[in-house]
Amino acid sequence: MAYSNKVLDHYNNPRNVGSMDKSDPNVGTGMVGAPECGDVMKLQVKVNPETGVIEDAKFKTFGCGSAIASSSLATEWLRGKTVDEALEIKNTDIVNELSLPPVKIHCSVLAEDAIKAAINDYKTKSATKVEALASK
Amino acid sequence: MKLPIYMDYHATTPTDPRVFEAMKPYFMEIFGNSASRNHSFGWQAEEAVEKARKQIADLIGASPKEIVFTSGATESNNLALKGVAEMYAEKGNHIITAATEHKAVLDTCKRLEKHGIRVTYLPVQTNGLVDLEMLKDAITDKTILISIMYANNEIGVIQNMAEIGKIAKAKGVLVHSDATQAVGKVPVNVIKDNIDLMSLSGHKLYGPKGVGALYVRRKSPRVQITAQMDGGGHERGMRSGTLNVPGIVGLGEACAICQAEMAEESKRMAYLRDKLRNKLEAELDEVYINGTMDSRLPNNLNISFSYVEGESLLMGINDVAVSSGSACTSATLEPSYVLKALGAGDDQAHSSIRFGLGRFNTEEQVDYVAAKVIDVVKKLRELSPLYEMAKEGIDLTKVQWTAH
Ligand SMILES: Cc1ncc(COP(=O)(O)O)c(C=O)c1O
Repeated sequence: MAYSNKVLDHYNNPRNVGSMDKSDPNVGTGMVGAPECGDVMKLQVKVNPETGVIEDAKFKTFGCGSAIASSSLATEWLRGKTVDEALEIKNTDIVNELSLPPVKIHCSVLAEDAIKAAINDYKTKSATKVEALASK
Repeated sequence: MKLPIYMDYHATTPTDPRVFEAMKPYFMEIFGNSASRNHSFGWQAEEAVEKARKQIADLIGASPKEIVFTSGATESNNLALKGVAEMYAEKGNHIITAATEHKAVLDTCKRLEKHGIRVTYLPVQTNGLVDLEMLKDAITDKTILISIMYANNEIGVIQNMAEIGKIAKAKGVLVHSDATQAVGKVPVNVIKDNIDLMSLSGHKLYGPKGVGALYVRRKSPRVQITAQMDGGGHERGMRSGTLNVPGIVGLGEACAICQAEMAEESKRMAYLRDKLRNKLEAELDEVYINGTMDSRLPNNLNISFSYVEGESLLMGINDVAVSSGSACTSATLEPSYVLKALGAGDDQAHSSIRFGLGRFNTEEQVDYVAAKVIDVVKKLRELSPLYEMAKEGIDLTKVQWTAH
């Protein structure tokens, strides 16, 4: 299979690889996929609670080159976006940017799911934080 | 060193230059139809075909009259299974085969099932071998054929054909073996191995593509098959069609070279293969060999690099031609059914790489490939959430994954 130059670039120079502290209340973690299916993505966002802006994003991915590229691209796009803007990233945006062939569309879907899971995790965490503050 | 490096000899082999030289005259000079009985063009072609028939027979311990030329192992497998099923329909309608067979056997069985044949697909043990007790138990008075491959094309595991043949003989059942990967690589002898029908292919043993043979036993027992191709009645009526004379000459020459050089060559293959394995195992943790090393082709290494997905690994070693059992590299988007049959779990199949060494690989290439694989696996593990979790002591089998 021939890979697009953008997929190759992300594969060879993955952006924002790494992990952040899961227990940090400002960090949201999304983990999607399954080893038996051949891809697992972990995506993390660190949000400024004052502004709602994503200040940092990190990923680790087990999967094919397109899966790695999709999640690497996602972290690039997430940085600087607000939480609500982040939820607007669509898998089709990733497909277009990376010129993914039809058999690799599921990689982009997984990346979108990972973004949503990370943001939801952050939102759940900050909601419980607000509750905890309110009950004090 | 020239790049890319070819290390996928189970998929196909380049034609040996000596084979190519032997074939050359049969395109333009000695171009006759071997079935032309009334002029020298035909006689010369026939002579070349008969020489090749003997070269093939010699390599596998058969007699030349037991060799039927085909277009390759796919056709040989089809002819053996369909030909026996049709010929022995009155005797029974049950065939036994194994889950790890090549698609040319499995899909032929699937078609036969649509025509009233009952097929038992034996599972294999975690080492890749058929359980002989299970095989015995599967035989019924309706069983006409047992089809078990000699050596597997993905994991290189060699079945105990002699024992399988003994079991079959005791019950009066015929044995077919797809020996495509074994012939020319390890000693194969249809008498010692108790085989009644056997498939082989030119392009897997440094011969040309599009030519192969089916061995059909003529004595004790005399095996008959119903032709699946109607026409001029070539190959004693078993396979019609003008013979591919240059291809057959090439197949014959390839067999003769394998016979002369097998002892040396298999030692060299095992040395290179073991060197590759040792280097990978010395530098990387959590690598697993798929299938037993105790009964295996000397040129095969099938290995899973845990927490790394196969296609992403292939992408990182893009100047090395190998293959993977990962779903992403298959047309069906399913991970290798052979590795699944070993019970290793889909995740191990997704992480597998098949190295197929061959005649033209060098030690320098092996060193390069080992270093490259080690480097890329390490890099991809840094990227792998699974590796990170495993290092944190998390049992990945206990995690609730969101399967998609
Ligand atoms: C075990 C086995 N059987 C059959 C075949 C098919 O051989 P051919 O390409 O000659 O049809 C192959 C090769 O892909 C093989 O490895």
